[in-house]
Amino acid sequence: MTDMTRPAIDVQGLRKAYGGKTVLDQVDLSVEAGTVTALLGPNGAGKTTTVHILSTLVRPDGGTAVVNGCDVVRDHDGVRAAIGLTGQFSAVDGLLTGEENLRLMARLRHLGPKRGAQRVAELLEQFDLVESARKPLATYSGGMRRRLDLAMTLVAAPRVLFLDEPTSGLDPRSRHTMWDIVRGLVSDGTTVLLTTQHLDEADELADRIAVLDGGRIVANGTPDELKRLVPGGHIRLRFTDAAALDAAARLLGDSTRDEAGLALTVPGDGTVGALRGILGRLDNAGVEMEDLSIHTPDLDDVFFALTAATNRSARSARAAEAEPARTKGTES
Amino acid sequence: MTTLTAAHAPAPGRRSHVIADTVTMLQRNLLHMVRYPGLSLFTILGPVVALLLLVFVFGGTLGAGLPGVDPSGGRDAYLAYVMPGILLITISGSAGGASITVAMDMTEGITARFRTMSISRAAVLAGHVVGNTVQAVIAVVLVLGVGLLIGFRPTASPAEWFAAAGLIVLISFAVSWLGVAMGMQSKSVETASNLPLLLTLLPLLGSGFVPTASMPEWLQWFAQYQPFTPFIESLRGLLLGTPPGWNPVLAIGWCAVLALIGYAWSMALYERKSVR
Repeated sequence: MTDMTRPAIDVQGLRKAYGGKTVLDQVDLSVEAGTVTALLGPNGAGKTTTVHILSTLVRPDGGTAVVNGCDVVRDHDGVRAAIGLTGQFSAVDGLLTGEENLRLMARLRHLGPKRGAQRVAELLEQFDLVESARKPLATYSGGMRRRLDLAMTLVAAPRVLFLDEPTSGLDPRSRHTMWDIVRGLVSDGTTVLLTTQHLDEADELADRIAVLDGGRIVANGTPDELKRLVPGGHIRLRFTDAAALDAAARLLGDSTRDEAGLALTVPGDGTVGALRGILGRLDNAGVEMEDLSIHTPDLDDVFFALTAATNRSARSARAAEAEPARTKGTES
Repeated sequence: MTTLTAAHAPAPGRRSHVIADTVTMLQRNLLHMVRYPGLSLFTILGPVVALLLLVFVFGGTLGAGLPGVDPSGGRDAYLAYVMPGILLITISGSAGGASITVAMDMTEGITARFRTMSISRAAVLAGHVVGNTVQAVIAVVLVLGVGLLIGFRPTASPAEWFAAAGLIVLISFAVSWLGVAMGMQSKSVETASNLPLLLTLLPLLGSGFVPTASMPEWLQWFAQYQPFTPFIESLRGLLLGTPPGWNPVLAIGWCAVLALIGYAWSMALYERKSVR
């Protein structure tokens, strides 16, 4: 069917700004057919904008994006024929029943009455919605709405699936159900690009993770590759007052302060020796500590390490830009 | 690369889908109406209450004030006078339904879903407009029914009835387009239910309830040149045999203008507003 040498999603130098605010700044991204890539980032990183551009809802300001061999700007019908999008907010018709929603999709995909009915029955079964198929959506739980939303997206069996925060607001059980569904789709050959704020979700599902922060891809690799970026874990010490925090920060040079939480983060893998060393130094100086916790390295560390670094550099870059921008403003 | 062009196959067949998709969208909107008749009932209730109040509470006095009316027959005369205005207020009130359903589709993100599915905006919008037109015409028929029950006696010939029905469909269609555009313009469903109230005011500021000659001069000028006066006068002419003058021509012209404004307005907003 598709050209296997070409990635299912190929994004190069993608740019988008709203007003004067840059949302995406030279984003490059490539997703191999039949794999899952997670786009990971905090709120406002540009994840949803990326998905909206790739699903032809928003036009990019610059760069190229090709989905299933079709350019998202020049051939949006080609892209639309190949994709499905399930967004952050379930895009369902709240005034119809679950079954009617699916039948609406089948008709709009022009499946024909027989194949349409068959596909609707299949999806109701697959998404565990048979019992509530004829009930109004007002009676559906959040998890059921989300499942219906995804089922609607899958009526035409899209080759490339975009999931924008598919599990936000779901309880843990519904989340796991959603993960199982995504794994099933991938094993059937669907290419998936999902956005998430949750590192465990990216770790669970994704073959590759692209970390998006402030409109830029700050890291891209397999979950293991990303974990390797952070050498070790850390020990977090919490104090009762600012004076104790100050004293401890002075004693333990290589540490990060959290003023609001009265806490100090010290790099280290949490071995008994490392702990004994830290506690000994604090004891000798007579610094009282409220509690202590040990964090082994996980994607959270990667995430915070990467995004904190770019936040700092972005802030200084913005400060540097601010001056010439103001001069330009007065000239015009 | 030839295999890639084969994947584009859905594109040429797309035009022919516009009509099928419009029908699907229309059925969806009609299903909403059947499933949730509350909104439709509300558009009927308002005009019926207004009609009963105007005729039985104010009608005696208002009718006696109409030019050339015998004061003793004021109530019946006023019922005949006010009925076209009440029918027009029913139509303009139905714009609220279109506006609310469009705004709901936008905020719930289903319009964005339709866009990623390559369904033309014309089909999505036409589904709303035609569905709302059907709803408006049903509402007009029911309100007219109440009017007939309380003694409204039109003098129209079958041909005039036919023309009146056509005019009502045409006005409903034009007003529905405006309602759709207003729903698209609104940031929330609440705004969407308020914005079309402006349209409901227009029959009141025209010749619907009192002759425009009794209004202050500046208001007379507005009443004379706004679209609802020719709508009301044409309907009055067809149902009750008053001299229509140029009003039917003006009415049809206004319908075309309003429908075009609503169409252009909503087409322009569709892409931008469907992504929230």
